[in-house]
Amino acid sequence: MRIAGYRLDAEGTHPPLDWPAYGSTTLRAPSRQPLLLPQTLTEVTGPVFGEGAVGPLDHDLTRQHAGEPLGERIIVHGRVLDGDGRPVPNTLVEVWQANAAGRYIHVVDQHPAPLDPNFTGAGRCLTDAEGRYHFTTIKPGAYPWKNHHNAWRPAHIHFSLFGRAYVQRLVTQMYFPGDPLFGQDPIFNSVPDPAARARMIAAFDLDTTEPEWALAFRYDIVLRGRDATPFESEEEDE
Amino acid sequence: MTTPSQTAGPFFEFGLTSKDGPYAVAEGESGAFWVRGSVLDGAGEPVPDALVETWQADPSGHYHHPEDPDATAYAGFTQGGFARCGTDAQGRWAILTVRPGPVPGRDGSVQAAHLAVSVFARGLLNRVVTRMYFPEEAEANAADPVLSLIPPEYRATLVAAPADDGYRFDIRLQGEHETVFFRI
Repeated sequence: MRIAGYRLDAEGTHPPLDWPAYGSTTLRAPSRQPLLLPQTLTEVTGPVFGEGAVGPLDHDLTRQHAGEPLGERIIVHGRVLDGDGRPVPNTLVEVWQANAAGRYIHVVDQHPAPLDPNFTGAGRCLTDAEGRYHFTTIKPGAYPWKNHHNAWRPAHIHFSLFGRAYVQRLVTQMYFPGDPLFGQDPIFNSVPDPAARARMIAAFDLDTTEPEWALAFRYDIVLRGRDATPFESEEEDE
Repeated sequence: MTTPSQTAGPFFEFGLTSKDGPYAVAEGESGAFWVRGSVLDGAGEPVPDALVETWQADPSGHYHHPEDPDATAYAGFTQGGFARCGTDAQGRWAILTVRPGPVPGRDGSVQAAHLAVSVFARGLLNRVVTRMYFPEEAEANAADPVLSLIPPEYRATLVAAPADDGYRFDIRLQGEHETVFFRI
């Protein structure tokens, strides 16, 4: 049995773990370099979730409560692709975010901004056969944090993706175009390659914007692509 | 081309965890045990905002995935061999699972039973990836092609300890006895 592995990402694609500008890395970044593990069946397989993982209103964060949340209603949509531009179909996409005031529904979030009783801020959906996903939500607010003096996170939506393999697992953040807070944000700027950084910024999408209803943003997510050369993964003689 | 990783931050709990998440198998499943552990930082302090995810083969050594060449009838998994758990205020996590069988390695080798383990957290700009092996399998572990990549003095960080209701597997992100992490 020959199995194709997944290509390592280009240098500069992902942040270094040791990134002093982001204070929380100081005691959490491993001190030793990770050991290169040649992929096996363990790494090229991974959880594949079905329809049962997603409820009917999970993709619409504005309809999960009795009333409508406050804030700017938006559509966030795009495709999940692999590194060769192929769609990743039927894969779970999870999102979570702050509300319009920049407050998370989490006990540890102490930002003195109001919670919204009509907004939780978590969503999930499966991509369709062409790798497309679609959420309706509220534009999250920026919020302060204590990383450095007068530190503010740019507005963002957290994304969690599984792809088709353990090696494709990705947790990232989607940002909004033209955010004035990019320059001072050590998390956004932890990505070394400016072109890679730009891939985390959604595009305003007038074509998908629904008249008199909601602005749309398009955010395509690219997971790792496959190696051209497969490796040998043999069963034991049985 | 790949979209960069970013930290999961401190507030993922309401987006990524659920009460069913830690159960790779249901309570009462034949052979089920708990894997419990702590995530610790470089000062030895618990990490209260980490997410631990596990992925594994079934007891016959097959992955429930289209690319595993041999399907299996094992019906015990509730999430296909996946589980995840956020750490509590003391940095503790736990998953309920069953022992995977040995799985094929590269070029005709055999891998000892293991769980693939990822950790996400505030302060981790990308996940860290490790594996958990079982303490009773000294012989299989000694022959395991992935454990064999690790300098012998560090291998123990990937072997769980026996516990009353299963195993204990602590993950030390940094410092003395730092867990070995992989680039996959």
